[in-house]
Amino acid sequence: MKVILRQPRREVEVEGVTKVADLLKKLDVVAESVLVIRGDELLTPDLPLDPDDVVELRPVISGG
Amino acid sequence: MKCRVCRDRAVIQVRRHNANFCKPHFVSHVHRQVERAIHDYDMFKGSETMMIGVSGGKDSLALWDVLTTLGYRVDGVYLHLGIGDYSSDSLVFSQRFADERDLDLRVVDLPSEYGFSVPEAAAAGSRVPCSACGLSKRYILNKVADDGEYDVLVMGHNLDDEAATLFGNVTRWDLEYLGRQAPVLPANADGLARKVKPLIRLAERETAAYCIVQGIDYEVEECPMAAGNTVNRYKEWLNRLEEEAPGTKANFLFGFLERAAPVFGAAEPPELVTCQQCGQVTTGEVCAFCRLRNQTLVHIGTKEQHV
Repeated sequence: MKVILRQPRREVEVEGVTKVADLLKKLDVVAESVLVIRGDELLTPDLPLDPDDVVELRPVISGG
Repeated sequence: MKCRVCRDRAVIQVRRHNANFCKPHFVSHVHRQVERAIHDYDMFKGSETMMIGVSGGKDSLALWDVLTTLGYRVDGVYLHLGIGDYSSDSLVFSQRFADERDLDLRVVDLPSEYGFSVPEAAAAGSRVPCSACGLSKRYILNKVADDGEYDVLVMGHNLDDEAATLFGNVTRWDLEYLGRQAPVLPANADGLARKVKPLIRLAERETAAYCIVQGIDYEVEECPMAAGNTVNRYKEWLNRLEEEAPGTKANFLFGFLERAAPVFGAAEPPELVTCQQCGQVTTGEVCAFCRLRNQTLVHIGTKEQHV
């Protein structure tokens, strides 16, 4: 599936994950530091993912 | 996952509350946490005049939305810091938000009104960019609140901001800063408005989620000058602890505020005088902002060095 990363914006292909929690684990991302978004929908860690999905991992940490 | 309230599909898990929420009940949760902070710390009354510092980011826009929804009238101030496209884009998000809700947004342009930008200030002196930026923001927000005779200056600091600041202050045992850290900073008779932090009970993951759920467009990209800054590193570390033990950040911060802050707060506040250059209150003859500005204007060649 296509995963959009931010700061700066870029895209990576990730294979072999079937749910949101697995995606975070595979990318070694702390759940407290991001939101997972598909379209305009927030995804909880238990939700399944499809190989055709496009999901955004949006960091929530900001300075200032 | 099911919403704790209605059992509908949850859109967010808030582990420190051991709760999941659907969209409407997450919005209610955010409003409730802000109302509780306002009430618990006696932040302000509806009759007071209020101004919010708006950056175009998730925290200030979420907070402006919450306060407006709760019935408070709050004017906004955006500070254009001259950080290239980042500042211009952030202004677009802020202005669009204000226009769509018929809210007042005042724009203060640091380069045109004070003669320098944050990148120039950082290049000119010993301060790192975030320090020069923070100093400029504090100075201008205080000044605008004073000029506009606002009773209250509303800040978008959230639970993560405050926990990371506390972490930094503890690692240095900075007693002066520990004594000053609070959800409400009282007004000063010489012109500083009361500062309040109504987002203190919400993690920044919740303010970002609130924006997405409410359809609020905000600046997602981080300031290009903040890359690798210390506070953001502290936040990452605290989030790793939070992942292992939900509630760690809240326990750290609210334990401090309830049990330790009174000890540190007993220190005498510094005596304030008037800056000889700009007239704002300060602790020395010339305030830190004027010193930064003088140094920067000399560096970029728009002011002669006084010997």
